[in-house]
Amino acid sequence: MQIDIKTNNVRPIRQTFAHVARRLGTDKPASRYQEATLDLQAETNFHYRPLWDPDHELFDPARTAIRMQDWYAFKDPRQYYYGTWTIARARQQDSMERNFSFVEKRALLDNLSAAWRDRVAGVMIPLRHVEYAANLNNTFITAYGYGTAFTQTTSFAAMDHLGIAQYLSRIGLLLDGNSGEALDAAKQAWMADPAWQPLRELVEEMLTIRDWFELYVAQSYALDGLLYPLIYQRFDNALSASGGSAVAMLTEFMVDWFAENCRCVDAFLKTAASESDANRKQLSHWARNWSARAAKALKPVADKALGEDAVAVMAELQTELQTRGARQCGLEI
Amino acid sequence: MSNNHVYIALQNNEEARAIIEAIERDNPNASVNHFPAMVKIDGDGRIEVRRKTVEELIGRDWDPQEIHLHLVSISGNVDEDEDVFAVQRNN
Amino acid sequence: MAAKRMSLRDKYNRMTRDLAWDFSYQDPKKIFEQADFEGIKIEDWDKWEDPFRLTMDAYWKYQGEKERKLYAIIDAFAQNNGQLNITDARYVNAIKLFLTGVSPLEYMAHRGFAMIGRQLPGVGPQVACQMQSLDELRHVQTQIHTISHYNKYFNGFQDFRHMHDRVWYLSVPKSFFDDAASAGPFEFITAISFSFEYVLTNLLFMPFMSGAAYNGDMATVTFGFSAQSDEARHMTLGLEVVKFMLEQHPDNLPIVQRWIDKWFWRGYRLLTLVGMMMDYMLPKRVMSWKEAWEMYFEQNGGALFNDLARYGIRMPKYWEQTVAEKGLISHAAWGTFYNYCHAAPFHTWIPEKDELDWLSEKYPDTFDKFFRPRYEHWAEQEKQGKRFYNPSLPMLCTTCQIPMVFPEASDPTLTSYRSSVHNGERYHFCSDGCKDIFDHEPEKYVQSWLPVHQIFQGNCGGATVPDVLDWYHLRDGIDNREYLASPDRANWERWKAGEEEAAELPKAAAG
Repeated sequence: MQIDIKTNNVRPIRQTFAHVARRLGTDKPASRYQEATLDLQAETNFHYRPLWDPDHELFDPARTAIRMQDWYAFKDPRQYYYGTWTIARARQQDSMERNFSFVEKRALLDNLSAAWRDRVAGVMIPLRHVEYAANLNNTFITAYGYGTAFTQTTSFAAMDHLGIAQYLSRIGLLLDGNSGEALDAAKQAWMADPAWQPLRELVEEMLTIRDWFELYVAQSYALDGLLYPLIYQRFDNALSASGGSAVAMLTEFMVDWFAENCRCVDAFLKTAASESDANRKQLSHWARNWSARAAKALKPVADKALGEDAVAVMAELQTELQTRGARQCGLEI
Repeated sequence: MSNNHVYIALQNNEEARAIIEAIERDNPNASVNHFPAMVKIDGDGRIEVRRKTVEELIGRDWDPQEIHLHLVSISGNVDEDEDVFAVQRNN
Repeated sequence: MAAKRMSLRDKYNRMTRDLAWDFSYQDPKKIFEQADFEGIKIEDWDKWEDPFRLTMDAYWKYQGEKERKLYAIIDAFAQNNGQLNITDARYVNAIKLFLTGVSPLEYMAHRGFAMIGRQLPGVGPQVACQMQSLDELRHVQTQIHTISHYNKYFNGFQDFRHMHDRVWYLSVPKSFFDDAASAGPFEFITAISFSFEYVLTNLLFMPFMSGAAYNGDMATVTFGFSAQSDEARHMTLGLEVVKFMLEQHPDNLPIVQRWIDKWFWRGYRLLTLVGMMMDYMLPKRVMSWKEAWEMYFEQNGGALFNDLARYGIRMPKYWEQTVAEKGLISHAAWGTFYNYCHAAPFHTWIPEKDELDWLSEKYPDTFDKFFRPRYEHWAEQEKQGKRFYNPSLPMLCTTCQIPMVFPEASDPTLTSYRSSVHNGERYHFCSDGCKDIFDHEPEKYVQSWLPVHQIFQGNCGGATVPDVLDWYHLRDGIDNREYLASPDRANWERWKAGEEEAAELPKAAAG
């Protein structure tokens, strides 16, 4: 057969790129994740110091207190590169579109009591602003972080947070029949309601953190690590118990996303922590500090969401996060 | 070098074929030029792609944002809403 | 409650623009630290008009669809040994130039747009820049995945990342993007989105992709067009930002005009490499550099700058020179690479007779007069076993970092030299455009990592050519030098001969 002769004759002269082969230890076929990730960021012979930061190179490992021998020690357990990430999200978006359409056509949110409806609007919708800040923070890490293995994951997370901010906005528009009233009210609460001010203050402060790895701990470990279980597990459960299970259809993405993103965050923190005692101490300090502050800032939101259960739930969530930090991330909590 | 030239270049594939036909219908003065794997439509001042025309040609709902699946390049200012995708000169 | 219908614009505003708020616990200047230092004055970010109103749901839907299609073709290309369908193995050198020179810039664009997607204070441009940042990551990764297959069968691709940061001529593209990314956010977006993407990118992608289509390279056509489908968004972002700056404050005009002048010239010089590729590296040619410059710059650039005239913007400085020298630069560049390809990870060759005739026809005023005799002389030497390699190291332009090989447009028998003195040191340039750029920001350009200087200073592995090639990871006799003597050519002829045998076999079996 023609094809056999062709393949016999036409043999590859190598299996992968040389920089990938050096990391694999041998020239063998590499995965698309590896070829799309390893050594992609320039590390040397930069031409000009940035006008916006003349003390550093364009990409500079000294922009964080964390030290790594090799910034490609970080491995995303999901092995996301652009193609796999965007195809995965397109699939989830498809399913979310069906969920929104199902809830909208059957007017399922109308089944909520007025009190619960107000609670959904009052608790969930202002969170879109928190998600927007999370988008900016992940974009910051993508910009000034070090090594493609790390920064591509925050690039994806930045857009995931924007997507979540937009799903939350759509829930608001479902509640107010596209008038925008629910969104306006939520923004008003975000700006002025005393219950939201500690969180807004915290979020604005996080936007000024300049050590990108500290920002990663503050955002992806501490704030996400408390806010997502609070809203998309505990509050969702309370809602479902009160006839609001339709809302769970509209937050499916957030639930799945958090579970998935945690795998990556845990793996990254563990890799950095196991690199050195200095890293472990630094990361643990950041984790303790930002978890405590996030918990405090979220308390009034938990009160709104869960009423008298809030104190107990917040204590549980902090314990769960500590356990996760110690077991999954190798931190000293 | 005063001119008002605009263009839209699309991939030469089945879905883009309907878009090109819609452009030809709605922009009688535009000229369609074929290149390898690509079709470039040149116009003077403005070229528009109308949702309604494309929908008639393909027999299903069509969102003007879908044009981004097939766009290769443009020249001109973009004007996009739910009914039309256009490139134009503003002077 | 009956939902009212929302327009695309209202929906986008609600879902994106409305997410931001006025910071009150922190000074906004501490959050957007880079907004002011370039001198650009923005009075009201709310006046920003989003050209595209793309929300993440639509982004995922369309981009996911593009990726599924693209990877299906990449898989098919590899499974069917699609590399055997190209016109000639000489063509592969064009893709080597692309992977070593262009793909790393896509990565830089990814990081650069993340920087300004964080630094620009308006949520509309932030999100547009963030989406572009992601798209650029897409481009570099799909390019690597496509070219991964070529890397398995041809030499010169294998260490592209290492080479991009070291090899002499790759400092031309590298310094271009380092220059933009080390500037402030407004200059970056003017440089990359407007001057490069809007004014010049068609001259990068159209020739490469049409060249690929003409030369049977289905994989490159596919990733190229798939990447281009993001490009309309990127180009439009550049145009909108420039218009926005000009509308916001009259003081912005001279700053923006200077950036347009600078980045037009910087981008144009970088495109010299593309011009050379078009005129010399495609076995089947699409159009000449000269024709492409006329079609994509003179015609469309003219319309664009006409459009911007009402803001006070004029054509970029020295555009007349690009027109005057359009018959010269690609030939000067190929001649240089022909001389120095022992130090480059791709092959060069003398065009065949019909190819020289094509060049004579496309460049009636310049080719026969200034270049053809030189090529015929080198071809003669090659035949006598004296293939010419220039053993000296060329002087580089401090700004664009291209060797000083450009002819004076007024008298092409002379080489164009310019120079400036800064702090008692003399710096050399290939053109007035490059000299102007240096003179405006000498503190920046005295930092240039000039490969030839670096070799002389002992920073590139040693003092001899073999030392430097080792440091480049360039395997002498395999990755470099004359195409006719290359292992690439030998492999190619063996594979094609095998293919002919194979094609004959079924006939024999049938007989």
